[in-house]
Amino acid sequence: MTATSLPTTGPAPDPLSERVPGRARRVDLSGTSFTALSGFAALLIVLMVAVILGEIVWNGWSTVTWEFLAGLPREGMTKGGIFPAIYGTVLLVVLMVVALIPFGVGAAIWLHLYARQDSWFTKAVRFAVHNLAGVPSIVFGLFGLGFFIQFVGREIDRALGLDVVWGQPALVWAALTLALLNLPVVIVTTEESLRTVARDQREASLALGATRWQTVRHVLLPQALPGILTGAILAVARGAGEVAPILFTGAAYFLPFLPKSPTDQFMELGYHVFVLATQSPDVDATRPLLYGTVLVLLLLTFLLNLTAILIRARLRARLLGRG
Amino acid sequence: MADATLHTSDARPALVSRPHVPEREAAPATHAEQPAATRLAAREYHLYYGTHHALKNISLEIPSGSVTAIIGPSGCGKSTLLRSFNRMNDLIPGVRVMGGLVVSGQDVFGAATDVVELRRRVGMVFQRPNPFPKSVFENVAFGLRMLGVNDRAALAPRVEQSLRRAALWDEVRDRLDNSALQLSGGQQQRLCIARCLAVEPEVILMDEPASALDPTATGRIEELILDLKGRYTIVVVTHNMQQAARISDRTAFLLQGELVEYDDTRRVFTSPREKLTEDYITGRFG
Repeated sequence: MTATSLPTTGPAPDPLSERVPGRARRVDLSGTSFTALSGFAALLIVLMVAVILGEIVWNGWSTVTWEFLAGLPREGMTKGGIFPAIYGTVLLVVLMVVALIPFGVGAAIWLHLYARQDSWFTKAVRFAVHNLAGVPSIVFGLFGLGFFIQFVGREIDRALGLDVVWGQPALVWAALTLALLNLPVVIVTTEESLRTVARDQREASLALGATRWQTVRHVLLPQALPGILTGAILAVARGAGEVAPILFTGAAYFLPFLPKSPTDQFMELGYHVFVLATQSPDVDATRPLLYGTVLVLLLLTFLLNLTAILIRARLRARLLGRG
Repeated sequence: MADATLHTSDARPALVSRPHVPEREAAPATHAEQPAATRLAAREYHLYYGTHHALKNISLEIPSGSVTAIIGPSGCGKSTLLRSFNRMNDLIPGVRVMGGLVVSGQDVFGAATDVVELRRRVGMVFQRPNPFPKSVFENVAFGLRMLGVNDRAALAPRVEQSLRRAALWDEVRDRLDNSALQLSGGQQQRLCIARCLAVEPEVILMDEPASALDPTATGRIEELILDLKGRYTIVVVTHNMQQAARISDRTAFLLQGELVEYDDTRRVFTSPREKLTEDYITGRFG
């Protein structure tokens, strides 16, 4: 717009360089070197990603066949496919999101709208959320084992008079442990996106005689949804790749069947990578399978993310009145 | 400097005294039915933001169906007073009030008062147009939907009526399902007025409704306010003295939280009782 309305006299001369040439050159020099440095840092990141992806795609591509995707592992995992691990991963992530979103979003709504910001309880909750985010994932795994399996699971078994059904590593406990791990991410991103909904939107709703819950339901949540999805995307990306939390809580080394109930154990891609890389009797024989599994894990995470990103883009467009 | 312009107020009651006590005898319910009855009233009303005494001993009566302008320099408490009548200040932590406010004979702070119901009767239009990122139709229908009206056939006539009253119908009748964000700023502000009219309020509070708009759009909002007068009681906070003179029947001048003068607009602008009012409207400060 300005380019057409202004007379085209070429780039405007830098007034600084005209008046104080020496000083200006020095500024330019440090500016150029800083640009080069930050450019190099950015390039390094691109290179690292390119090398990692290139290596995986190069070595894994030929392994990924229909038989590999749909088959079961055979001959001590040196042959066959990884279908149980794909199935288990998808199930795990879906269950995790189902458990995570209501809790995370609920907690964020409470923190943002209902909590008295100066009360000790609210401060304690915020402190806990921020500290939870810093806990190593293996600690979550141990917590899941101790709390969900040995306490909650066993109590359920005792109450129902069952043998060991719930009180053992299982899909449901692994999903809940992963949900717990990702809870801070979802709470923080949701609260942040609720905060970015302009105050005047909230006031407009309340001034029209909407109750606080109606305001949350019909004004704040719809506008915060893209931000909530961002939290879910981050959680999915992390959830599909984390191995430590599910190590003790449900992931299995090898299963000849697919999980049918939440109390079954399951195979998982990340854990399968770990198994192929370290637990195999013949590492050389499993190496192609290892590359293939990593490639599938990356593609799966990418696919899950892409879906969420597309949904988010559509929601944003609708909010901006372009939908 | 600030204290020099203050009235020496001897009526500064202790904080412990009668919070939220209405003066019921001062505004009996029968008033609401008389044509020139008092629609809004403040009785020795004080408001504190924490320790800051933002409104000091405000008493005024606003007649039904009139347009009242509240003028005064920035930070004098105009918006705070306006937002007291629908209790929007409840959203701000650390706000305390004393004295009484009455809307149609009902004590605003009474224990029996339902804030949600009060806000339906006392609508509000904000400084910046703030339509929801929904369709034109859904913006106007919002308040009704919150009341549980969800049938489009029942909503449509109410939406049309509200848009007509807000002088917007002819401009948006063919794009009711388009996003409200596609409208111009002035149209958005009239949409906000229509949205507020849809829930049939008795009072409309307007907080500098035209300050974010260009002169043409401002003119349309002013015309609209004059159209709506009579059917609704309107209170407008404004920075614009000419606007106050053009549209209002009565004008209240606030300075540093005190009501300096409240009278017929003509009188305030031609022969104000107070020297401070004269200084302000002639532009000697503010």
